[in-house]
Amino acid sequence: MRVTSLVVMAVVAICQAVATITFQTVTNNRIITPSIMGFESLYTVIQTAAVYTLGVAGVVALQGPGQFLAQVAAMVGLSVLLYGWLLRGRYANIQVMLLVGIIMGGGLGAVSTFMQRLLSPSEFDVLSARLFGSVTNASAEYLPFAIPLVIVATTLIWLNARTLNVIAMGRDVCINVGVDHGRQTIYSLVLVSVLMAVSTALVGPMTFFGFLVATLTYQLAGTHDHRRLLPLGALTGFVVLAGAYFVMNHVFYAQGVVSIIIELVGGTVFLVVIMRKGRL
Amino acid sequence: MITIDRVRKEYRSATGTVQIGPVTTDIPSGGVTALVGPNGAGKSTLLTMVGRLLGIDEGAIEVAGYDIASTASKDLAKILSVLRQENHFITRLTVRQLVGFGRFPYSKGRLTRLDEQKISEAIDFLNLDELEDRYLDQLSGGQRQRAYVAMVLAQDTEYVLLDEPLNNLDMRHSVQMMGRLRDAARELGRTVVVVLHDINFAAHYADHIIAMKEGAVVEAGPVARIMDGEVLTRVFDTPVQVVEGPTGPLAVYY
Repeated sequence: MRVTSLVVMAVVAICQAVATITFQTVTNNRIITPSIMGFESLYTVIQTAAVYTLGVAGVVALQGPGQFLAQVAAMVGLSVLLYGWLLRGRYANIQVMLLVGIIMGGGLGAVSTFMQRLLSPSEFDVLSARLFGSVTNASAEYLPFAIPLVIVATTLIWLNARTLNVIAMGRDVCINVGVDHGRQTIYSLVLVSVLMAVSTALVGPMTFFGFLVATLTYQLAGTHDHRRLLPLGALTGFVVLAGAYFVMNHVFYAQGVVSIIIELVGGTVFLVVIMRKGRL
Repeated sequence: MITIDRVRKEYRSATGTVQIGPVTTDIPSGGVTALVGPNGAGKSTLLTMVGRLLGIDEGAIEVAGYDIASTASKDLAKILSVLRQENHFITRLTVRQLVGFGRFPYSKGRLTRLDEQKISEAIDFLNLDELEDRYLDQLSGGQRQRAYVAMVLAQDTEYVLLDEPLNNLDMRHSVQMMGRLRDAARELGRTVVVVLHDINFAAHYADHIIAMKEGAVVEAGPVARIMDGEVLTRVFDTPVQVVEGPTGPLAVYY
């Protein structure tokens, strides 16, 4: 059991850290996280719809490797559709893409809330346990599918790390040195969406975890170079996640509320960063 | 030579649709060419289109015989470099690392000994050697501007396009910057194309001037031909007199 938990933590840490750092580089914005692109809302809708239509059996119906892969595919599909539609063509613009992503997330969230209102209290109870990100949500049978996906996506991002350094400089510098900014943006975002989808389908939503880890990583690394930022981010993520679990389980004997603490700390850091920077 | 053939561009701005062109003109190889004209004449738009940062609606642009629309961007990056007026900068980057990005077209981020040498040359050329290990956010606006120019010089391209390189620079730094750009053209054999606001800077440092107005080229030629009271009055829509100053012709417009 413990080994499984540690492996899940490592997978989630790598996914969230690498995805968030890459996402923030590509969007040239250090206070957003890929979660806002609708991954978590889609996860919530899928979970809620299953319980809504099938009752408590719905939670069981969503378990199993096939269902896990289907959820990953749905989330990646949604984001690829979004990027393909909004980042090509004449008025392609990353700001518009982010805005549409947020609005879609909000819309999907509203649909989930509506369905949750109609659930019986016992069904709602079962559902809400699934909607807080938790390492215990993951079952060991998903790992043989999750690990190869994560390895492939992180390796491709790692091989592209030197190009990411240029992308961080903005579109004009990119084009000047001959990097195809549009294509590189979509390529990186697709890989980000694979990582986010795996993490979300594995343990559930973790809105501020990636942000917290990325912010800590920038402070610790003191460099712009993604060849250092990415591995350091993954390690930081693992330390934060495993540390939080250790403190909660062995110091406070409070199991299952770990993600709430991470979200609380992450959310606070988020506010502090905004206050200190004074702008978005 | 840069050949601009019937290039047209339309875009929407706050005040309505702006149309540039059709523009047909040549920018000769070697020396410094200045693009001048009133605000909104399309100087920066034309420069960014030549630098392929902005798409063209109609027409064609060729740089050294390569069509910029059909030549691979990574190949063009070894022939042509372009720098915008305002640049997004990241904080954890030193001057030397920034200049190193200019070598990306050659080494894809793995700097070789030759790259390091070119980087050092560009840094020395712009007198940044004392600042090379400073982070970009520790520099003044003018120093940062010089660092960016060093980046495009390290790119080692025959053509260097700069959009208002004197923006935010005081008198001393403007003079130094234009002096270095003229040296880059004369000593390093580059073709430098700059958008300038001050006609007198253009008159002193440039070899050729292209005057634009309302999205079209109205005059192009050597400095001596453009520095004429009647021509400048027409371009800038304001009375201009040209007098002979101690270092060459001076435009007086106030």
